[in-house]
Amino acid sequence: MTTPTPSTPLRESATFDRGVIAEIQRAAETGIYDIRGWGAKRKLPHFDDLLFLGASVSRYPLEGYREKCETDVVLGDTHAKFPLHLDIPITIAGMSFGALSGQAKEALGRGASEVGTSTTTGDGGMTPEERGQSKHLVYQYLPSRYGMNPVDLRKADAIEIVLGQGAKPGGGGMLLGQKITERVAGMRTLPMGVDQRSACRHPDWTGPDDLAIKILELREITNWEKPIYVKVGATRTYYDVKLAVKAGADVVVVDGMQGGTAATQEVFIEHVGIPTLAAIPQAVQALQEMGVHRSVQLIVSGGIRSGADVAKAMALGADAVAIGTAALIALGDNSPRFAKQYDELGSAAGFYDDFQAGRDPAGITTQDPDLAKNLDPVAGGRRLANYLRVLTMEAQTLARACGKSHLRNLEPEDLVALTVEASAMARVPLAGTNWIPGQL
Amino acid sequence: MAPTVSTTTPTIVDLRTSSTREVNELLSSPGAPKRLTITHPDGAHALACGLDADLEVVVEGHVGYYCAGMNQKATVTVNGNAGVGVAENMMSGRVHVRGDASQSAGATAHGGLLVVEGNAAARCGISMKGVDVVVGGNVGHMSAFMGQAGRLVVCGNAGEALGDSIYEARLYVRGSVASLGADCVEKEMREEHLAELAGLLETAGMHYDAGEFTRYGSARRLYNFHVDNASAY
Repeated sequence: MTTPTPSTPLRESATFDRGVIAEIQRAAETGIYDIRGWGAKRKLPHFDDLLFLGASVSRYPLEGYREKCETDVVLGDTHAKFPLHLDIPITIAGMSFGALSGQAKEALGRGASEVGTSTTTGDGGMTPEERGQSKHLVYQYLPSRYGMNPVDLRKADAIEIVLGQGAKPGGGGMLLGQKITERVAGMRTLPMGVDQRSACRHPDWTGPDDLAIKILELREITNWEKPIYVKVGATRTYYDVKLAVKAGADVVVVDGMQGGTAATQEVFIEHVGIPTLAAIPQAVQALQEMGVHRSVQLIVSGGIRSGADVAKAMALGADAVAIGTAALIALGDNSPRFAKQYDELGSAAGFYDDFQAGRDPAGITTQDPDLAKNLDPVAGGRRLANYLRVLTMEAQTLARACGKSHLRNLEPEDLVALTVEASAMARVPLAGTNWIPGQL
Repeated sequence: MAPTVSTTTPTIVDLRTSSTREVNELLSSPGAPKRLTITHPDGAHALACGLDADLEVVVEGHVGYYCAGMNQKATVTVNGNAGVGVAENMMSGRVHVRGDASQSAGATAHGGLLVVEGNAAARCGISMKGVDVVVGGNVGHMSAFMGQAGRLVVCGNAGEALGDSIYEARLYVRGSVASLGADCVEKEMREEHLAELAGLLETAGMHYDAGEFTRYGSARRLYNFHVDNASAY
């Protein structure tokens, strides 16, 4: 009797793993790149790679339940007659009606207003639901100028000139035909059902010198009342922030590559831009060198999930943060309540990212009126407000532990890094050392 | 120093002694003069922008960027040349440039009429959303790029890539077209087009026969992504 020869164990290729093989097969079958929502899903150096150094003998903590830790922030007080004064430094990032349902936009407004913060329009203009429910509304000024008009511009509390977003710096937007309903098409002056393309560059200016004149025009049209933000996707952040400030921005918004999108090519989401962690120190350095850190405010977005992330972003020098993906999750996106429906779509609660498809059972990333009914804007707004309160309390907890009576008093000296990569990007020492890679 | 407003005669503001801010603030105020003449603009930017009333503004000289930007209701006449983005995002009213216009004239404008008696540079009518633009001379490359709605009339010649990625804007060109952009095609000139073009020419004060023009518009082949059209994008 012979002993059978042992078979070679199955070995998966590290280069051509199952996911890569499946994508090659999908591309070969369809001839088109993959489009999806959400942001970068790859593992990146992030806030999890930083830790706070709580107070002990050398630092004096604040009593957690007795001593105040303030959270308010003023945005845009350099040039604007009416800067925004927010109760918490956690804002809602720009997301369009079209990408999101009217109910979702209303819920975002309700939740943000309940805790005294701002929400932001997106490509496609301002809806009455959003304006009506938003105490502080930032109106985005995008290359497409879909729905842009001076009446809504004057209704806004601030204007955000969008040069790019973290999920796709250098790319324009898209909204696929299944979401171009009669209302969306009307707001954007487009035929119903077209795959809407948004330009990647503004149509009437081409560089930072022109941007300065554009900012002047917007100030003139709005009687110098509104703060003007400039939003950039994180890439060459040091230079972009300097140019934005030179052009006259009151507030600079830097969106890291973990920032979300409603519809973008997978290859774009995963392969363009830099992590949020790497972008913040570049932005802060630019502001400090120009002598405007804190007077020109910095808002950071891209992967903010917890109060720890909020506190760490602010310790690195941000004045405020913005959340998008996390806000949608708070509303009900990817909720286990819709597990069966996600399964029927070939996805699962916790994995769903086909925001471009318009079939979101949670009623958030859809224009289907039946699906949109699944989101109660009052209940959704309440969940968002709860979540924002938790983020704020978590950030306060950490700030008090570092002896800070205001979130803005957090500083890089409060942080250490767990990895060499995070240390180099965030420019804080590796834990237990005084070493920051690249610095003497 | 803020200009003095007359209720009986056209108010004249000299930009050598008043600032753009003062002029724009006056024009957007409840007591704005119905007729205003601005002298010595010397290329000032953002002049007479954001107007929202039935005003008549005449600028005696050349203007910089974004003159009459986001105009509503007002009539703005520039007796000179206009810089980048004249009448950008106009909603209604009329803007008339007696000379030439730089890039992106009438960009993203939703309504109203923009007349350029001379030439308009590149990207004239880019992303137009309902405005009517009539150019007496030539237009530069990429004019009416992504034009969504409205009408662009060119009495001279058009540069390269006219109407690239166009949606539903209608283009009329009297002279030659260097090249058409993606998805832009020549179209039949029917009676209704001749009639609307004749009306536009008359309103703009251009004395040409509508029959001399050729109509261009979208072939609508790129309205939905398809792999067979990948090379067109």
